[in-house]
Amino acid sequence: MKFLSSHQSGFISFFNEIGDMGNFTGRYFRELFSKPFEFREFLNQCYQMGNKSLLLVGVTGFILGLVFTLQSRPTLMEFGAVSWMPSMISISIVREIGPVIIALICAGRIGSSIGAELGSMKVTEQIDAMEVSGTNPFKYLVVTRILAATCMLPLLVIIGDFVALVGSAIIENAKGDVSFTLYFNQVFEALEFTDLIPATLKTFFFGFAIGLVGCFKGYNSNKGTAGVGKASNSAVVFTSMLLFVLDFIAVFITDIFYS
Amino acid sequence: MKNQPVIEIKNLYKSFGQTRVLNDFNLTLFKGENLVLMGKSGSGKSVLIKCLVGLMDFDKGSIKVLGKDISNIKQSELDELRTDIGFLFQGSALYDSMTVRENLEFPLRRHQNDSESKTKARVEEALENVGLPQTIDLMPAELSGGMQRRIALARALILKPKIIIYDEPTTGLDPITAKEIILLMMNIQKKYATSSLIITHDVDCARVISNRMILLLDGKDYIQGTFNELALSEDPKIKAFFK
Ligand SMILES: Nc1ncnc2c1ncn2[C@@H]1O[C@H](COP(=O)(O)OP(=O)(O)O)[C@@H](O)[C@H]1O
Ligand SMILES: [Mg+2]
Repeated sequence: MKFLSSHQSGFISFFNEIGDMGNFTGRYFRELFSKPFEFREFLNQCYQMGNKSLLLVGVTGFILGLVFTLQSRPTLMEFGAVSWMPSMISISIVREIGPVIIALICAGRIGSSIGAELGSMKVTEQIDAMEVSGTNPFKYLVVTRILAATCMLPLLVIIGDFVALVGSAIIENAKGDVSFTLYFNQVFEALEFTDLIPATLKTFFFGFAIGLVGCFKGYNSNKGTAGVGKASNSAVVFTSMLLFVLDFIAVFITDIFYS
Repeated sequence: MKNQPVIEIKNLYKSFGQTRVLNDFNLTLFKGENLVLMGKSGSGKSVLIKCLVGLMDFDKGSIKVLGKDISNIKQSELDELRTDIGFLFQGSALYDSMTVRENLEFPLRRHQNDSESKTKARVEEALENVGLPQTIDLMPAELSGGMQRRIALARALILKPKIIIYDEPTTGLDPITAKEIILLMMNIQKKYATSSLIITHDVDCARVISNRMILLLDGKDYIQGTFNELALSEDPKIKAFFK
């Protein structure tokens, strides 16, 4: 009986949290479109997020390209289809693997740092201090961060995709004597707008999710320093899960439109 | 002029779920006076002042600050009113991602369209007032607790507020630093003729600084009077505070 009821309350608090997050999202859109807009802080956040994750995204993308190509080569060779390498790699990276992997990396990097930063500001009353100094902390802290994440993620994904393709081209160049020009010619031949548009659109949603969950967890974190760690940790866990759900929805919708 | 109220709290009630924190609480702060509010830890002092500046909603009662009713006031008016109130938080609450200079500039940039040079001068004056001009380019994490408290005081004063609210200004500091902070508060009081609401359970602080005191007990304004009146009281509940 006890087992059942503890699960029940977990279930209820989960849905309560979804509801709170819905309210938080509503407030975000209301405050996004009402004046004033904190433009300087928005640019600052864009810069911080890019600066924090660029190297990580580059390294991950590069290794992803290398490994993916190395692993796929023998299989394609078996079917005598090595010349398909560039098109296969580029389509799978740009459509699916790039966005998801890089969004996950950013959930770990950007989402957790937003959660921790806002969480500690909440706990140490910095958010209250901001409010009594006559500044709307939701606008200054939350709106700028969510919007910056929404704008920066597509950019980071494009960079990550490109670096991954460079990594892949290096392997092809070394193992299969494919020149870089030939490789990228094939890549651009294989990619169509029908690949690029939905792939890029979904990265905006990924960025939004990362910013939203990070801010929500941080802004509503509990008193005490344990609350900060929890905020940052659960921001990453919840975002990662949400990213897969969003990806599934995006793929599902794309499939309806393009087939 | 002396008896003009700047803060009037009447019949204030506030609960969190089942726990009643404030239960018919009344307080009036007059212009130019130092009013000390004493209460046990957890008795709702911080809750009271959070209601006072509109950081928290209350259940029943009325709060007037500088003649304006806090509970039905537009957001823009509330923000305007808040620039007349300086607030020193219990834990200093400096923005830890900003330098001392940026911490002090933050309220200025948002409420004053001063020129760069004027902003700079005001920041320097504020730091001068608290005796820490050399810390201007440091981060809050590089300062000691007492220094952070002073910077927070400088930040609370930078808009030249009419009312200052101190939430336990000496808690967590060693006795010498605490004394320095009290002296600083008194100097500021003299220099800018502000009205202050001081929350503390530090008896020494109350003795030195108070014109009048209120005890918060069981959510009520249990008794008020001067320090000497309360210190000589025979009521065991009051005596407990002055041990
Ligand atoms: N946001 C809150 N939610 C629930 N309870 C709270 C909240 N803030 C304060 N309380 C409760 O109100 C009481 C008074 O707290 P507080 O005003 O911080 O005490 P203090 O007099 O030490 O400043 C405490 O019992 C505390 O648990
Ligand atoms: Mg308190």
